[in-house]
Amino acid sequence: MTTRTLIEAIRDGLSEEMRRDPTVVVMGEDVGKKGGVFLATDGLWAEFGDNRVIDTPLTESMIVGTSIGAALNGLRPVAEIQFADFIHPAFNQIVSEAARLRYRTQGGFAVPMVIRAPYGGGVHGALYHSQSVEAFFTHVPGLKVVVPSTPYDAKGLLRSSIRDDDPVLFFEHKRMYRSVRGDVPDGEYTVPLGRAAIRRQGRQVTLVAYGLMVAFGLEAAEQVAGEGIDVEVVDLRSLRPLDRETLLGSVRKTGKCLVAYEDNRFGGYGAEIAAIVAEEAFDFLDGPVSRIAGPDVPAMPYNHVLEDWFMLSPAKIADAIRRLAAY
Amino acid sequence: MTVTGDGRNTATSPLAASAGLTDDDLLAMYRTVLLSRAIDERMWVLNRAGKAPFVISGQGHEGAQVGLAWPLRRGYDWIAPFYRSITTCLAFGMTARDLMLAQFAKASDVSSGGRQMPGHYGSMERHIVSVSSPVATQILHAVGIALASRIKGEDAVSVAIMGEGSSNQGDVHEGLNFAAIHRLPFILVIENNGYAISVPAEKELSVKDVASRASGYGVPGVIVDGTDVLACYRAGRDAVERARSGGGPTLIEAKVTRLTAHSSDDQQTKYRSEDDLAQGRAHDPLPIFREQLRDAGVLTDELEASMADEIRSIVEDATTFAEGEPDAEPSTALDHVYGDATGAEPAPPWHPSAGARSEGPAA
Ligand SMILES: Cc1ncc(C[n+]2csc(CCOP(=O)(O)OP(=O)(O)O)c2C)c(N)n1
Ligand SMILES: [Mg+2]
Repeated sequence: MTTRTLIEAIRDGLSEEMRRDPTVVVMGEDVGKKGGVFLATDGLWAEFGDNRVIDTPLTESMIVGTSIGAALNGLRPVAEIQFADFIHPAFNQIVSEAARLRYRTQGGFAVPMVIRAPYGGGVHGALYHSQSVEAFFTHVPGLKVVVPSTPYDAKGLLRSSIRDDDPVLFFEHKRMYRSVRGDVPDGEYTVPLGRAAIRRQGRQVTLVAYGLMVAFGLEAAEQVAGEGIDVEVVDLRSLRPLDRETLLGSVRKTGKCLVAYEDNRFGGYGAEIAAIVAEEAFDFLDGPVSRIAGPDVPAMPYNHVLEDWFMLSPAKIADAIRRLAAY
Repeated sequence: MTVTGDGRNTATSPLAASAGLTDDDLLAMYRTVLLSRAIDERMWVLNRAGKAPFVISGQGHEGAQVGLAWPLRRGYDWIAPFYRSITTCLAFGMTARDLMLAQFAKASDVSSGGRQMPGHYGSMERHIVSVSSPVATQILHAVGIALASRIKGEDAVSVAIMGEGSSNQGDVHEGLNFAAIHRLPFILVIENNGYAISVPAEKELSVKDVASRASGYGVPGVIVDGTDVLACYRAGRDAVERARSGGGPTLIEAKVTRLTAHSSDDQQTKYRSEDDLAQGRAHDPLPIFREQLRDAGVLTDELEASMADEIRSIVEDATTFAEGEPDAEPSTALDHVYGDATGAEPAPPWHPSAGARSEGPAA
């Protein structure tokens, strides 16, 4: 075991996969000599060279579109979108092409590629360096969407994503890059896609979360534990495919479900979770399936007071837990 | 006539020699154009007969398509075509049956199993990238394929093909820039028929020739007359040689004419004058190529008669065969969303396999 930050675990996952499989290549803006603006690819260019670590022009659609082509021709590209906020120029390539090539050719063409993108707020990133964009992509059959919350998972899920034969969007919370540390085994391991993890056992309320909201949710659970509210925290890890069994198993046990997500609330990913729980665990519920999420403004403001207003926090989540537990 | 031991005719008329080809090559190219036209015309007949709800046509583009596809190595090089690429796909190895199965959208349609609109051909084994409807996306796939060839140390060439209207999309700028920076083995073919549905070229392009934009990327831009099959062949051959030998991309613009409406859902007399349509018909590559081959003594009455017979029976066979094939079972419509079963969502309650999860692809 070694203690690693989230970003170190991602870097380790990338370099180990590149050593293991010569078809893995990395493409993106500033990923070469500089090692990426967050240093996720630091050292890769020195080790693997120009052919496998490619500094691209500032053209997101091209980063994704050529990665699709390279995947069709036998490579496993890992594309980096510098910030999730700037993934939208590539939306057409992701949704119309990467997600549909397999379906529209009856499995004749496959697109084994990963798109890594740092997402999330609370980092003074303002409207265009703070967004959560997962809901745009979890809506799309043919895509897989992964959000790690621990260094162990980040490395293990990234490895599984690279080895997966379908396009995977891999969203990394910027605020967790260096603030979260954890044990990572030295040897080879993977974390499968489509399996949630129960981070805290509890009997009264199920809190469903992913990414930074897992850490906030665990803190909130501690805050209310002293008041006698026993919270179970489910970390989805993989948003699509979704681990329904773990999700529904937990809610059937506790009878109450709160979904926490950082994105604005209306039409967010947590709305789908709420709908699934309402449909499939209705007989077990003794309170309304609830959401605690970002406010419905177009994006996160910069000023620190306004940013705090937008962001969820352990305290806001704890309040929502108390309201639900009161049923 | 010079016939070799294996029965191949290596006769070389001055016309064939001018392009470094044999007479047999010219006849095979002509046959591809004839076959393409015959299949295409049959598709419209099927449409009018109520048997095929949608047709999109390559009529008028065939000369450029056959000439530009001919220098490529089938199944080794790659093409990322568009919905008018019927002749290109025939020249790249698809069969009349393959095209008709797509037209009827049957389960055995090799391109998509009837999932896509007609004209959206594709085949992994033939290296024909599945045609998509959003225009111009394929340029980036072709550039990525070229990048992968380079990284793997292979010398395959990759070609993207689209119309002049589509060439205005941002992906074209992004793709040409990247391909040029890395001198990738890539060719962009623009089939300029003067219209994007109803919008004439002067309202969609700020310049007269798309090829003139090539200089902005530091790559050669070549203009060819799409009725001059051999000029197209030479332009294609030069671009392929340049790409394969590390000389980088080329943009080739073929001036063609659209002989039909944009698609079976369009009425082009609403926006094209009789004069304009007549000019288009005067630029039909088929009779022009035919006259050229007859003048050169390559195409004879007997050859024409036997080709016509052969093509009639191929089209007949393909149509009857495809029409008789079964449609896809709705129970298969959940298949191939992901490569493994774990990704799939449960089937809806009214689905034949409700409650079950879709299987991945057959092993
Ligand atoms: C992104 C996108 N926008 C609009 C359309 C609808 N559309 C299909 S073909 C076409 C015109 C294309 O013109 P051009 O590229 O010149 O090709 P042509 O059909 O003339 O061969 C349009 C507008 C589309 N398929 N994709
Ligand atoms: Mg056009």
